[in-house]
Amino acid sequence: MAATDAPEALDSRSDSHSLERSSKRFGDSLFRGMSTGSGILILVILAAVAAFLVGLAIPALLADADSLQFGKGQGFWSYVAPYAFGTMWSAILAMIMAVPVAVGIALYLTHYAPKRVAASFGYIIDLLAAVPSVVFGLWGIAVLAPAMRPLFMWLSETFSWIPLFSGQVSGTGRTIFTASVVLAVMILPIITAISREVFLQTPKLHEEASLALGATKWEMIKQAVIPFGTPGIISACMLGLGRALGETMAVAMVLSGTGIISFKLLTSQNPNTIAANIAQSFPESHGIGRNELIATGLVLFIITLAVNMTARWIINRRKEFSGAN
Amino acid sequence: MSTTVTTPAPQRGATAVNTLTQGQLPKFTGIAALVVSVAVAAGVMSLLQSANIASVVIVGALLFLAAMFVLSSAVEGVRRAKDRFAKYIVTGFFLIALVPLISVIWGTIANGLARFDGTFFSWSMRNVLGEGGGAVHAIWGTLIVTGIATLISVPIGLLTAIYLVEYSNNGKLGSSIRFFVDVMTGIPSIVAGLFAYTMFSMALGAGHKSGISGAVALSILMIPTVVRSTEEMLRIVPNELREASYALGVPKWRTILKVVLPTSIAGIITGVVLAIARVIGETAPLLVTASITASMNMNPLANPMATLPVFVYNQYMYAPGIDTAAYHDRAWAGALTLILIVMGLNAIGRFIAWKFAPKAGR
Repeated sequence: MAATDAPEALDSRSDSHSLERSSKRFGDSLFRGMSTGSGILILVILAAVAAFLVGLAIPALLADADSLQFGKGQGFWSYVAPYAFGTMWSAILAMIMAVPVAVGIALYLTHYAPKRVAASFGYIIDLLAAVPSVVFGLWGIAVLAPAMRPLFMWLSETFSWIPLFSGQVSGTGRTIFTASVVLAVMILPIITAISREVFLQTPKLHEEASLALGATKWEMIKQAVIPFGTPGIISACMLGLGRALGETMAVAMVLSGTGIISFKLLTSQNPNTIAANIAQSFPESHGIGRNELIATGLVLFIITLAVNMTARWIINRRKEFSGAN
Repeated sequence: MSTTVTTPAPQRGATAVNTLTQGQLPKFTGIAALVVSVAVAAGVMSLLQSANIASVVIVGALLFLAAMFVLSSAVEGVRRAKDRFAKYIVTGFFLIALVPLISVIWGTIANGLARFDGTFFSWSMRNVLGEGGGAVHAIWGTLIVTGIATLISVPIGLLTAIYLVEYSNNGKLGSSIRFFVDVMTGIPSIVAGLFAYTMFSMALGAGHKSGISGAVALSILMIPTVVRSTEEMLRIVPNELREASYALGVPKWRTILKVVLPTSIAGIITGVVLAIARVIGETAPLLVTASITASMNMNPLANPMATLPVFVYNQYMYAPGIDTAAYHDRAWAGALTLILIVMGLNAIGRFIAWKFAPKAGR
């Protein structure tokens, strides 16, 4: 690995310039070695995660269609496709619900809430992030799903001409719509927290200049806060999306999904997500079935990796262009 | 439009219009409009025979927004009307976010108290069918698994953060570690569980289930959180402190141990506590690694170990057809315990941060 050569290179460079070359102490080198070692250990762990996943996924990818446990007769890729679709679809629905609300809350906390209570309001939103996912799952299945049913009935009666709302309404309310609402609630605090940080960093002078020109508060926000915060909001959304894609339990509990591709929101025939499918199918899997599930996990890993990397890339790009840093 | 209602000439005297508030809606307009719109909504919805709290609130809110927009654009002009509109929308979003929070907490407390009793904290599920039984085995399992995960993650996370801040000099290794820690933050929890499961299966035989494999899975989720929070804390230690220590001839490692770490210890502990709070509620990785059992298992090295989140999942989702309520009640009591633990940890973390925060301007 090229990266591991770096410390030696650094050492020799700093040694040649350093006055303390003669006083190289045992404690120093030990401490330095330990901290460098644990840094490298993290790289090793991540490499191991990737290697194990790839190594165990390959048998499922190479096996012929009839020998598979879950994807019997259809092959791995057509087995994973509906789950990949369900993962994306539920995450996108959650994003549609969560992003406007989260950005609105961040604006409220930074620009509208009374200064004295803004911090404690922020803590209240952070509390949502502290609730374990299994509790959200429990809430989704036992509280939210029954509560959503009247809304579903109304949507179905009023808007059944829209394909999204067509079909027979689920009797339990446990549909992909409900699952997405739970996901939206779970990613809301993440997006809010990052957007809030970004909005707080808006240069005060930009805001004051806008207000001094006679802008109303909303116009000031449109002119100064939002343009400054857009890259931050985008990366916050990507991180929230990453969380929504990988969330397991809430979906596994709320949704009794099947491997179908369907855009319908209200019926009892719902697409499942990769993560939830792993959790639900893992106990009954054996032999090549485990490899198949691990391969779906790899697909999920790659999807979330791509999303997260894009987010980081946007954050880093912003650092170069913004005048604030 | 009717903006002409504003009286043109400023007058002095008792009956004079206050020129400062001219062209603005009086303060009470918002509240009055809200009350009226909710009342109208309640009336209309009950005429349509579909009055319930949700529909009245939604229709009332829409009426209120429309009424305020019309009123405000008539009196104050369109720009101010838009400003008001944005303010109400943004405030409304905050209130919307409170609904699920209150609903989750209320639902958990209301349903969880039924079995939040002595039996729940002193019995395991061994030989229990139907009513009775408890989660003491799962609580112990959670403590053991999370404890081991903490023991693995904290040294690695702490040392890595020290490397990043004190030793890396923004070198290539440092930036690649930082990048991959970011990548690690995004690992889906179920994938971390699959990794730990496959690793232990390969080493110790297929189908291996144990507390320690769960702890390894949790560590993968915990390490990046610890690294990020510790790194942030170490970075805010002023360089003057380090330089003062070097100037006294103190070696670097002793400077780190005696000056840098003590200065930032409160923040580091807070970060660790919040990281524990994050992983203690993780379900998916434990489902595939530590699995679930009905009996107490205090040995993390062998046999499945019950943990509280998996206990909740198992009790609710795999409840048999008879005595379902007993299983569901246990699940809710477990959820309540879990929420109390997590909220308690969060409170402890924030308390430490607040209590031991370095005093500004000292």
